[in-house]
Amino acid sequence: MTLTVREALLAFRRAPLLSALSVTTIAFSLFVLGLFGLVAVNLRAALRGVAERVEIVAYLLPGTPIETITTAEQDIEAFPEVASADYVSEDSALARARRELVEFRALLRELESNPLPGSIEIKLKPGYEDAAHVNAVADRLRGFTFVDDVRYGRDWVEKLDRLRGLAAAVGLVVGAAFAVVAVIIIGTTIRMAVLQRSREIAIMRLVGATDGFIRRPFLLQGALKGLLGGLVAVGLSYTAYVLINRFLISASFFNGLQAVAIVGFGTVIGLMGSLLSVGRHLRRV
Amino acid sequence: MIKFTNVFKTYAKGGLALKDVTFHIAKGEFAFLTGHSGAGKSTVLKLVYADEQPTNGEVRVSGYVVTDLSPRDVPHLRRRLGIVFQDFRLLEDRTAEENVAFALEVTGARRSSIPARVMRVLTQVGLAAKAGAYPRELSGGEQQRVAIARALVNEPQVLLADEPTGNLDERATRGVFQLLRDINASGTAVVMATHDLELVRTAPYRVIELQEGAVVYDSDVDEPAAGGSTA
Repeated sequence: MTLTVREALLAFRRAPLLSALSVTTIAFSLFVLGLFGLVAVNLRAALRGVAERVEIVAYLLPGTPIETITTAEQDIEAFPEVASADYVSEDSALARARRELVEFRALLRELESNPLPGSIEIKLKPGYEDAAHVNAVADRLRGFTFVDDVRYGRDWVEKLDRLRGLAAAVGLVVGAAFAVVAVIIIGTTIRMAVLQRSREIAIMRLVGATDGFIRRPFLLQGALKGLLGGLVAVGLSYTAYVLINRFLISASFFNGLQAVAIVGFGTVIGLMGSLLSVGRHLRRV
Repeated sequence: MIKFTNVFKTYAKGGLALKDVTFHIAKGEFAFLTGHSGAGKSTVLKLVYADEQPTNGEVRVSGYVVTDLSPRDVPHLRRRLGIVFQDFRLLEDRTAEENVAFALEVTGARRSSIPARVMRVLTQVGLAAKAGAYPRELSGGEQQRVAIARALVNEPQVLLADEPTGNLDERATRGVFQLLRDINASGTAVVMATHDLELVRTAPYRVIELQEGAVVYDSDVDEPAAGGSTA
């Protein structure tokens, strides 16, 4: 094991240029993937922000007894899709209108009776803000006899739905493409390292080294290169993020888990690339 | 030790390389494999160290039947052999000492035992003073000595040498050949492929001559009483 480690590290020292090239290539492949990941992360955060504003309002018939409303509130909160259901009384609706609709303040003040209905405002749990769930909840609300009308931005929710679907599809396709490109490039650089040492591999075989023994330093080396490349990629992404934040828009960065995932992805790719290159080389000679 | 029985070898594109080759080399023996280039000398050696498989017939080496050998067993067979080539095949970026140690390391030898064993074989080949030199700092003869030291360090039962003097001048050739003779004298079998007939004549060893893949002369079979002769 110590020999494996030593041989793997020696390779960095013996071929510093090629090693640096591999690490840089891996780093930039992962950086591109990381930039795309940043876009995806921010897009998702933005969509989530929008989705949180999805709200269903059930307007109540005037004169509905407060006990009925309280029971209904509890019933609605028990819906699996619902995060919260809040009763807004006629009076507080008027107070809110006075507060928020400054232009009509004079008009509202002069009213003799309150024209605004009471309502229940319903917020949905994350993940249920799509058109299908919103429609289902709205239909169920209409089933209450004391509900006069149910309002929500139907078009808007459907658009949000489409946008989310599009973002997911684009994310999947572009992300997969970048990942494939990264795997190919990384596999190639590791293949170069294997070819550069093919003489050494041939000699190792002549003196009786097992294939496993020959393979191990390459695997470790590949994994190390991937790890280093991943770290550099996260560093580069962070730099990009800082610059974007300063000069363009306020964005969010990966959380710790996502950063670790990028580094881990680099490591796994480095390992897989070495495994494939060395395996193919060993089978051929 | 090494036993070929009716061995045929056909290369996928190169036609027939060996034709019905049969011979037996005993423990501790010294045998020359002679013949023109392309006669099949290297193929015979490749079959011995399981770099190639015979198309037909049986090859036995040091208790292994090469014909039935699984890829997993090949390294273990090779650890019983020492192999030397015309082009030395040293690692350029390692010193003489490291090149020899490398052969021990890959076989999983105890690390603490390596330096002493390396120095012992380097002394045996007369290169102890140049242990720290890189191959490019050594003459051809010296490089071949390092290669021989590397082949010896695992204490093989057989030393295979494929044209070991092919790249050397006359003096270096004599030195390397004498070294191989000394190694043989201490009990290791040596099989040396060469087309240097001068060299073959100077020593009373067995000669197996190949021509177009077939054994055309074997001093053991053809002149057993003479105890070795030239082709």
